Amino acid sequence: MLAWFLLLCAPLMFGWIRASELTFELPDNAKQCFYEDITIGTKCTLEFQVVTGGHYDVDCRLEDPDGTVLYKEMKKQYDSFTFTASRNGTFKFCFSNEFSTFTHKTVYFDFQVGDDPPLFPNENRVTALTQMESACVSIHEALKSVIDYQTHFRLREAQGRSRAEDLNTRVAFWSIGEAFILLVVSISQVLLLRSFFSDKKTTTTRVGS
Amino acid sequence: MEMKAVVSSTGLMLLFAWLSPSQALYFHIGETEKKCFIEEIPDETMVIGRYRTQLWDKQAGSFLPSTPGLGMHVEIKDPDAKIILSRQYGSDGRFTFTSHTPGEHQICLHSNSTKMALFAGGKLRVHLDIQVGEHTNNYPEIAAKDKLTELQLRVRQLLDQVEQIQKEQNYQRYREERFRMTSESTNQRVLWWSIAQTFILIITGIWQMRHLKSFFEAKKLV
Repeated sequence: MLAWFLLLCAPLMFGWIRASELTFELPDNAKQCFYEDITIGTKCTLEFQVVTGGHYDVDCRLEDPDGTVLYKEMKKQYDSFTFTASRNGTFKFCFSNEFSTFTHKTVYFDFQVGDDPPLFPNENRVTALTQMESACVSIHEALKSVIDYQTHFRLREAQGRSRAEDLNTRVAFWSIGEAFILLVVSISQVLLLRSFFSDKKTTTTRVGS
Repeated sequence: MEMKAVVSSTGLMLLFAWLSPSQALYFHIGETEKKCFIEEIPDETMVIGRYRTQLWDKQAGSFLPSTPGLGMHVEIKDPDAKIILSRQYGSDGRFTFTSHTPGEHQICLHSNSTKMALFAGGKLRVHLDIQVGEHTNNYPEIAAKDKLTELQLRVRQLLDQVEQIQKEQNYQRYREERFRMTSESTNQRVLWWSIAQTFILIITGIWQMRHLKSFFEAKKLV
């Protein structure tokens, strides 16, 4: 009974092992920081990708509790950074769009802290995993990477689609605009030429005689 | 003896339960600042969001552990910009929704506390955790409810994962179709507008020459 109780409560103890993935909008000239408390020795991975906006680039910066910069990249479209926490404390990572004057960006990031909690935490496990169980574990890991690739593919597709829709709108507006400008310019040319010759009312000299 | 173990483990469990939300990712927001997060998900996908807020205490120079009376307004919009959830929660909240249309859902949070005096520091710390799809499943709970063995639970997890992949692939097919339609529309527009503009150019050129010729003839210059 106690074992069952512990079994049910165990996941709560693993609350600090988690993965956070968020997609947020970063306005122009803005900086957004996220913080996480990490214990020493935990392996962490930060992955980010710019989904929409401008040249699809963002500045990213990761600092440890002492303020030491662990990772700093300017105008990056996509990157993945793995590190091991060298000390306990609050780690901070920031995305900056301060170099952009009017384009706001959509940024996706995935911050994985530690490994996934065991599915069935068994404190007094004496035997190794059976073949079936280890097969399940490897399938699970493979599927996790499939989901990860799928996410990145989805983001790239969103990026491509956003560019295509932009292009479509631009083609429409510029075509209409250009046709209009064409008509305006040709009519003004004619009117202007007419105005040159209208002044000379008295002189009707033949040109090229 | 067992009672003691149960009590001590309950205490331990409660301690960790209290600690665990504070270990989530957090960020700072201003007084009436609205923070929005986008989740692009297929349909019939469950999303669970949990947040916890902490207020900056100017006197203590640190964040208060919890502030009753502080509320956050959560607004969730579906891909058609229709609001599917708009509720006020307390300083700690949990919201959940299931998508009925595939696409970009927007989850917006902002605090609208009426007690302006609370915002002496103007900074609010929000711990946020959003779980999507198969991550929302609580496997130990499922195991206990359906009385599954370890192997059965693992297989159940694999089934859930595969189902999520399948949904996402299906959604991908729909998105690719939209992308293709947009590209084809662009292609058509470029084609027709090029022809139309060339036509306009030739017509205006001919009109210009004819008009000017008749003008000069009238002015007896030609």
